[in-house]
Amino acid sequence: MYPNYEVIRNEKKCINCNLCLNQCSNEVFYYENEELCSDDSKCVNCHRCVELCPKRALKIVKSDHVYKDNNYWTKDDLEDIYRQANSGGILLSSMGNPQKYPIYWDKMVINASQVTNPSIDPLREPMETKTFLGKKSANIKRDKYGKIITTQPPQLKLSVPIMFAAMSYGALSYNSHESLARAATELDILYNTGEGGLHKNLYKYGKNTVVQVASGRFGVHKDYLEAGVAIEIKMGQGAKPGIGGHLPGKKIIGDISKTRMIPEGSDAISPAPHHDIYSIEDLRQLVYSLKEATDYKKPIIVKIAAVHNVSAIASGIARSGADIISIDGFRGGTGATPTRIRDNVGIPIEMALASVDQRLREEGIRHTVSLIASGGIRNSADIVKALALGADAVYIGTSAMLALGCHMCRSCHQGNCNWGLATQNPELTKRLSIEQGYKNLVNLVRAWEHEITDMMGGMGINSIEALKGNRLMLRGIDLNEKELQILGIKYVGE
Amino acid sequence: MKIKVDLMHFQELNKLIKQTPDLFVELKNCIGQRYIASGLSEKEVVIEGTPGNALAAYLSGSTIRVYGNVQEATGDTMDEGLVYVYGSAGDATGYSMRGGKIFVRDDAGYRAGIHMKAYEDKIPKLVIGGKAGCFLGEYQAGGIIIVLGLGEDETPVGDFCATGMHGGKIYIRTNNPPEHLGEQILVNKVDNLDEINDLILEFCDVFDIPIERINQKPFYVLTPNSAHPYKKMYTHH
Repeated sequence: MYPNYEVIRNEKKCINCNLCLNQCSNEVFYYENEELCSDDSKCVNCHRCVELCPKRALKIVKSDHVYKDNNYWTKDDLEDIYRQANSGGILLSSMGNPQKYPIYWDKMVINASQVTNPSIDPLREPMETKTFLGKKSANIKRDKYGKIITTQPPQLKLSVPIMFAAMSYGALSYNSHESLARAATELDILYNTGEGGLHKNLYKYGKNTVVQVASGRFGVHKDYLEAGVAIEIKMGQGAKPGIGGHLPGKKIIGDISKTRMIPEGSDAISPAPHHDIYSIEDLRQLVYSLKEATDYKKPIIVKIAAVHNVSAIASGIARSGADIISIDGFRGGTGATPTRIRDNVGIPIEMALASVDQRLREEGIRHTVSLIASGGIRNSADIVKALALGADAVYIGTSAMLALGCHMCRSCHQGNCNWGLATQNPELTKRLSIEQGYKNLVNLVRAWEHEITDMMGGMGINSIEALKGNRLMLRGIDLNEKELQILGIKYVGE
Repeated sequence: MKIKVDLMHFQELNKLIKQTPDLFVELKNCIGQRYIASGLSEKEVVIEGTPGNALAAYLSGSTIRVYGNVQEATGDTMDEGLVYVYGSAGDATGYSMRGGKIFVRDDAGYRAGIHMKAYEDKIPKLVIGGKAGCFLGEYQAGGIIIVLGLGEDETPVGDFCATGMHGGKIYIRTNNPPEHLGEQILVNKVDNLDEINDLILEFCDVFDIPIERINQKPFYVLTPNSAHPYKKMYTHH
């Protein structure tokens, strides 16, 4: 098959410094007859060479090589069949669903105050973005002297309603993990360990850590459960709803093996279901076994993929005793997923979130859980829209990776990440400096926080609480009646 | 400390067990209370009656003795310690356990030892005296499971034994080793019981079973032929 991308080198600019040759872990560059050549078939279009070239002598272009025009059978269709006919394998890819489905974020616009209810200038006036996640009391209780009882179920405190999504140590490099942990600490928000356990050096970031428990139970033990401020039970993931994960043995080396508590070189297999959970009652059992093991001090998050009937599922989870529900839409990323599942299973987070929030309100149980939305949050406007649709906070994964240097080549599953993020090759992982990585994450979240307060101020809102579930602040554009109904918003002009 | 459990709520019961300075706790008339001894370390809990689901979950070094049967998910993600069941166990016994030992005198339900793991000196052990249900050792990644099949003439394990197994060992005492196993499973007759001798002696000692009864039948051992069962399943995209 002809390569999808071509490496174009401007020979007039090139000074033959060989930086590209030395940097490319995919071995695209080589010398033939003393001339620097490139094997485009190996290029994943990660831009490492382009970004580092001191003379800007390199660029990657999409190949203009074509098959005969066909509106039905596309290039991808043909080439996937060739690949599978050759190998007999399941197609494997990474990151979130890149297909042409509607992006509802882009079909909603945000309100601003004019004349009445004046807008607020966040540079001059206080804006509250502090967020608490956990069960809230429905009514005020008093003791026998009439004093208000102030004890509450455990709450998570965030300075802004943004958290770093679950990405495991193993899928990510150590430096990526520590960058996330340090940034979360500096920002007074939370990061999530993912299902690969917690490296012993990172226990010190416990106050800003959510530990995850998934079906494989990798790295789960008493100290781990107590290490963070919350425990997340992973039931599903937006990038691969309904299936589990296989971290290949070649990534289970050294400290990864130690942290996951499995032998070096052995595959880490996380099956699709938790084999002790076949019902909401069973889920309740896991929720309570974790609460018992940690003395009811930590909120329990249950993470699910956004799928059909998600609101009924969320209603069940709210009744299972969980404190927080995290819903991951089909744009959510991953380090490896079967392509067909990534591209065809699951639903958009915008619809899932609106429908869950509505359902829980109708059932009068919305206050018993907080909602975290995730799966393709690209910018601060997406966050404002998510909050207005009913989210209490969002998880960002892909955006955080981009802040760390990811260039979206979507080849994490190959383990050769040139940016040192999704790899365990020590030559590559050292390319990400924790010092720089954590600063970039802090910069991103601070910038978004500023933008969020700007938008809030524009709406005349000075507290994030007043934005949550405030769907009057949104209007739909280019949406049909049904879509508006599910999103619970009016059309522009109304 | 002695507790007469009766209809006490599990939350209250478990709080008592955790908070008492006594290292020895005795429960009388336990009737289905869940999560007993979850994450507990350094204590000994003796239970009369039937503890509920998730007994000894995340156990962190205590000894649990149950004079009766246990329900589902006993020793879920157990890390260290001992569980002795003087009766039978429900489904998913030893789910994902990564250390310590569980001894079940009689039978175990479905999916015993699923997802058991091992790491360095942490090698979990699950010994079942009678027979085990279907999916024994599913996805087993490490550790040792022993099924003694006492009182069983047929194969003492159910269908789909060791499905997805990619580490660890399953010892089965029988004249009829299981058939129709996955192609990644190797079955061999055991000549040398050195690896499990101590476990068998402990089982016989605890449950007062003459060692001669064990010696009447041969052992077979199931091991995986690959630590990467799904390696060839993918093609890069």
